[in-house]
Amino acid sequence: MSNAVVTKRSKKQALGRYGRVGKALDELDDRLGVAKGGRSFLDKIFPDHWSFMLGEIALYSFVVLLATGVFLSLYYIPSSAIVTYHGSYLPLDGQSMTEAYASTVNLSFAVRAGLLMRQMHHWAADIFIGAMVVHMARVFFTGAFRKPRELNWTIGVTLLTLAIVNGFLGYSLPDDLVSGTGIRIAYSIILSVPLVGTYLAFFVFGGNFPGTAVLPRFFILHVLVVPGIMLALVSAHMILLVRQKHTQFPGEGRTEDNVVGTPMFPVFMAKTTGFMLIVTGVTALLGAFAQINPIWQFGPYDASRISYAVQPDWYMAFLDGALRIFPAWSFHSFGHTIPLEVTIPAVIFPGLVFGLAYAWPALERMVTKDVAPHNLLDRPSSRPKRTAAGVAVLAAISMLFIASSTDVIANFFHISLNTVLWAMRVLVLVSPFIAYPIAYKIASEMHATRGSGKRKTANVVTRTDEGEYVATAAPAYADDVAHDLAPTPVPQYIEAVEADEEPDDGVRTIDR
Amino acid sequence: MSERREHRTAVSLNGLREDDPHLQPAARNPQLVERVIALTLLVGVVLIIGFGAAYWVNAAPWTLGATMGGGLFFLGVGLIAWAKYLMARGPFVEERHVLATSQEDRDAFAAAIVERGGGVVKRRRVLGGLVGGGLGAFGVVALFPLLRSLGPLPKGTLFHTDWRAGSFAVDITGRRIHVSDLAVGSIVTVFPEGTQNTDRGQAVDQTVLIRLSNENFTTQKGRESWGPMGYIAYSKLCTHLGCPVGLYEQQLQLLVCPCHQSMFNVNNGAIPNFGPAPRPLPQLPLYIDAAGYIRSQSDYHEPVGPGFWERS
Repeated sequence: MSNAVVTKRSKKQALGRYGRVGKALDELDDRLGVAKGGRSFLDKIFPDHWSFMLGEIALYSFVVLLATGVFLSLYYIPSSAIVTYHGSYLPLDGQSMTEAYASTVNLSFAVRAGLLMRQMHHWAADIFIGAMVVHMARVFFTGAFRKPRELNWTIGVTLLTLAIVNGFLGYSLPDDLVSGTGIRIAYSIILSVPLVGTYLAFFVFGGNFPGTAVLPRFFILHVLVVPGIMLALVSAHMILLVRQKHTQFPGEGRTEDNVVGTPMFPVFMAKTTGFMLIVTGVTALLGAFAQINPIWQFGPYDASRISYAVQPDWYMAFLDGALRIFPAWSFHSFGHTIPLEVTIPAVIFPGLVFGLAYAWPALERMVTKDVAPHNLLDRPSSRPKRTAAGVAVLAAISMLFIASSTDVIANFFHISLNTVLWAMRVLVLVSPFIAYPIAYKIASEMHATRGSGKRKTANVVTRTDEGEYVATAAPAYADDVAHDLAPTPVPQYIEAVEADEEPDDGVRTIDR
Repeated sequence: MSERREHRTAVSLNGLREDDPHLQPAARNPQLVERVIALTLLVGVVLIIGFGAAYWVNAAPWTLGATMGGGLFFLGVGLIAWAKYLMARGPFVEERHVLATSQEDRDAFAAAIVERGGGVVKRRRVLGGLVGGGLGAFGVVALFPLLRSLGPLPKGTLFHTDWRAGSFAVDITGRRIHVSDLAVGSIVTVFPEGTQNTDRGQAVDQTVLIRLSNENFTTQKGRESWGPMGYIAYSKLCTHLGCPVGLYEQQLQLLVCPCHQSMFNVNNGAIPNFGPAPRPLPQLPLYIDAAGYIRSQSDYHEPVGPGFWERS
């Protein structure tokens, strides 16, 4: 035995049984009393289901957005002062443009990794909102929004709204020809609000369009105000999730009163950290190989110029589609104008959609009279009416999404724009009524089928020596068997026994 | 042997044995899986180092993204595989604690608010009213100047452009448009002289000047003198949402807005014949001066661009 070992051991004994970690935790617990809560947090059980990762994609895209956004904010200049460009991108050399546009081109071409960060930021925004929408659909179709989780549903809908608003604000910042047109449209939409629209528009933009206040204002909203609120709401979303514990699908050993899955530490922590790395990695790969929003090709914004086939980012497309297909119904009376052709599709309609989302838990409770708390999820098939209602709304919104490219569709298929317009009008109005009964039928048939949601094992037919045919059920699939273990509480390392004693039954020794 | 055992700590696993299936890895062959995971993580580490190198030599953006993204991806896959195949496979269970507290606690909480707080307010209504009123007034007072100072009041700004009686129509370079400049059927974007390089000029005053052949042209009532020698001018702001009506279909004599496909018939007062735009493009009255330059008789006779409440 060398001296070094003795020293190490005596040091360890001085620190106590759990070494430096134990010492640090002692110090922390003396001051904050975290040991008990911290232990039960490490034991927290996370149910395993692929659909629970959708919210994680949203969360980690948000992290990517914050990180890449900080990088971009170091180089972006939110100013509409006019400068003459003499940077490394030669096709724009000598053009006059706003500082905002020039700085965006510069951070794309002159700053090391700048283009990658900008593309990652844009991709992460698109993925973020996409993941939120799919996560919301999961929560909706499985009934996870029911009591006691209505408040977290409300926070989630608010987060989606804020994310869409912030996506639009960020999209506007480069001040390129396409985003500038988007701002012009936003101005006109605000203007269309009856009674107070002109005042609202003048206060938001600091005057008549375009003015010089809009870029700095959008910038501070985009990088501070909206993300600050979102960060607070994301935290609240997580805290409620921990406090109320996860929902889970029905299954072996799963009841309304327990949670079955993997413990927070170390299994879930390893899985979710790995997933964060994958989300970040995929975003980086998209940023590397899939060009997005090449603003240097669009050129700087000039209110009297415009590009063909102008479309917003995907999450704004349903509003653009609504604006395209709504008829020209301007209302004039008593010396006033209500531009219904704008107000209805771009103000009232989104208000109704998000209002319906906010109100859904209360609406469903009114219909079902179900006030009991629910921790076990529905299979979408076991609630055919809810499922069909959700599918109907998604069908109409998908049609509006498609309607945002009427001109592209008409060109691509060589049909008249008028045909496309009327087809989309009909599809938007009719699709929910087609989708509802189809979804209802599929769901209720699936629900009526016994053993739905489980893989059926094969019937193995064997011939006996006597020539008789016998059918026997094949054994269950191997990975089903793995989950057929009855769930057990997380091991608690509660009682330490001195090492020299011989371990009793139920006592194990582990290497430290 | 006894030396080693001193370094062990024995702990109770509340009933779980060392060989309990819940604590076993899910992988059938953990040694092999561990090797595969190690290889995956190694690829990730190599790519991350490659990212550092690529950044150092200022490599192309796609190289940076490929090394960084690939590295993080492989590290993530390795970590998840480790958790999934080599850590205790479970499943584990925990009981839910009932969120609701006891009725006594609720009553005590409600009583604390209603009795204690309510008693104070009831006894001192005036004080409560003054505090509440003061804070409420502060809210209103703080809100009003905040909103008001965000921007000027609209007043008449949406009703006027910078076109005046006698304004010269100039193109984006500031060159005055002469009657001989445009061939029949051609089009140019014009501004009142002096505004062509300003934000407001480009956003509000922008006007399309078209030289039409006189065939098929329908003069609107009261506008008989507005389009001399086939020169006709319309506001370039779409009456739907204010996008520039930037596409000109010469064959069909249509101005098309690329944003939402509103189409305006230039031969007939720019009346929309397709799409969501509710009104014709306002027409600018023109005249040709003695030197042959195109000038405006006056401002537009109605507000340009999208609709708003104060517009009649």
